[in-house]
Amino acid sequence: MMHYLDIIFRSLFVENLPLSFFLGMCTFLAISKQVKSAMGLGLAVVVLTAITVPLNNFLLNTLLKAGALSWLGQPDIDLTFLGLMIYIATIAAVVQILEMVLDRFVPALYNTLGIFLPLLTVNCAILGASLFMVERDYTFLESTAYGLGAGGGFMLAVVALAAIREKCEYAHPPKALRGLGMTFITAGLMAMAFMGFAGFSL
Amino acid sequence: MSETHKELLVRSIFRRNPIALLVLGICSALAVTGQMSTALVMSICVTLVTAFSSLTISIVRYHIPNTVRIGLQIMVIATLVIIVDQVLKAFVYELSKQLSIFVGLIITNCIVMGRAEGYAMSNPPIASFMDGIGNGLGYGLILMSVALVRELFGSGTIFGYEILATVNNGGWYVPNGMLVLPASGFFLIALLIWLIRTVDPEQQEKK
Repeated sequence: MMHYLDIIFRSLFVENLPLSFFLGMCTFLAISKQVKSAMGLGLAVVVLTAITVPLNNFLLNTLLKAGALSWLGQPDIDLTFLGLMIYIATIAAVVQILEMVLDRFVPALYNTLGIFLPLLTVNCAILGASLFMVERDYTFLESTAYGLGAGGGFMLAVVALAAIREKCEYAHPPKALRGLGMTFITAGLMAMAFMGFAGFSL
Repeated sequence: MSETHKELLVRSIFRRNPIALLVLGICSALAVTGQMSTALVMSICVTLVTAFSSLTISIVRYHIPNTVRIGLQIMVIATLVIIVDQVLKAFVYELSKQLSIFVGLIITNCIVMGRAEGYAMSNPPIASFMDGIGNGLGYGLILMSVALVRELFGSGTIFGYEILATVNNGGWYVPNGMLVLPASGFFLIALLIWLIRTVDPEQQEKK
């Protein structure tokens, strides 16, 4: 149990996707003007990583790995090189299905998450989480924990940045620095703060 | 065609730089710029993938049904990235280890998708190819200039060769430890944006 908690804690703070690995920057910077929409985006990311990381782990172990196809009587096939394509296809498919299911059964949630879901197909945080899972050889349970933690970390970072940016509205930076420049500096300061977590473990 | 191929190539490098103006492809711009060598390899990979995905998509653009075009574009890009990834693993294994997942993340690099969707879908193959190369080079330019500052002042080297002899090696230069950390990429890009927008006030954001 402690092991899984450790994975969640590490992916939330120490290995925070946007602030220590700089994944998902485009969405991170674009949709952090208001806390409310940042919340929606964060939630969508948590849901997606929590589903796609374990799913990709399952596909990796039953279809792609060397010897994984032995249940088909083909123990010599190693399809790991197809990984990238499978992961992105899984993510795109999950996004589509999630959109339809939410629209049909939970319209209230669809209204908050709906606009962010298609955007997240090509978000590097989502694909990055799956690729880290592959690189670190997580088991199915470990990857579930990692998916939750990684998504949660993104949510934490994007909501915090949005809150800071709302305050920054009242500041008077040099004209050329307004908007994007300020956001970069803010994000940089946040990344430095998060480096304080480096080396922590439960 | 109002623009010649050469203009297409040049305008994406300076006047319409994908990172500074269009804010595309930031992720890897921050993560791989700690050293010149990784930044160089990354720029080459992205340039090749962008150029060839634009070329491919432009060739088949009349046969792509509008409803599934995003999926098809991703498949073309993913195939190209797999090829690049395998080539890197085969010939420069050390570098490919250092770049770790960032080669795979070229798939979701918005520059590649953005050029495929925004340019290649409605323009002839050769022009799209040039546009792809131009955007890749524009991306590379920012990447290399950030990497140059970070490696030179962070560890006193360029491409691993010592330029400023550091104190640890018995020299005079006290390296700036902050520049080795990825967070410094944020500040350097913020400064670059500041510079570009001061020179070209049209790009400034309105209140």
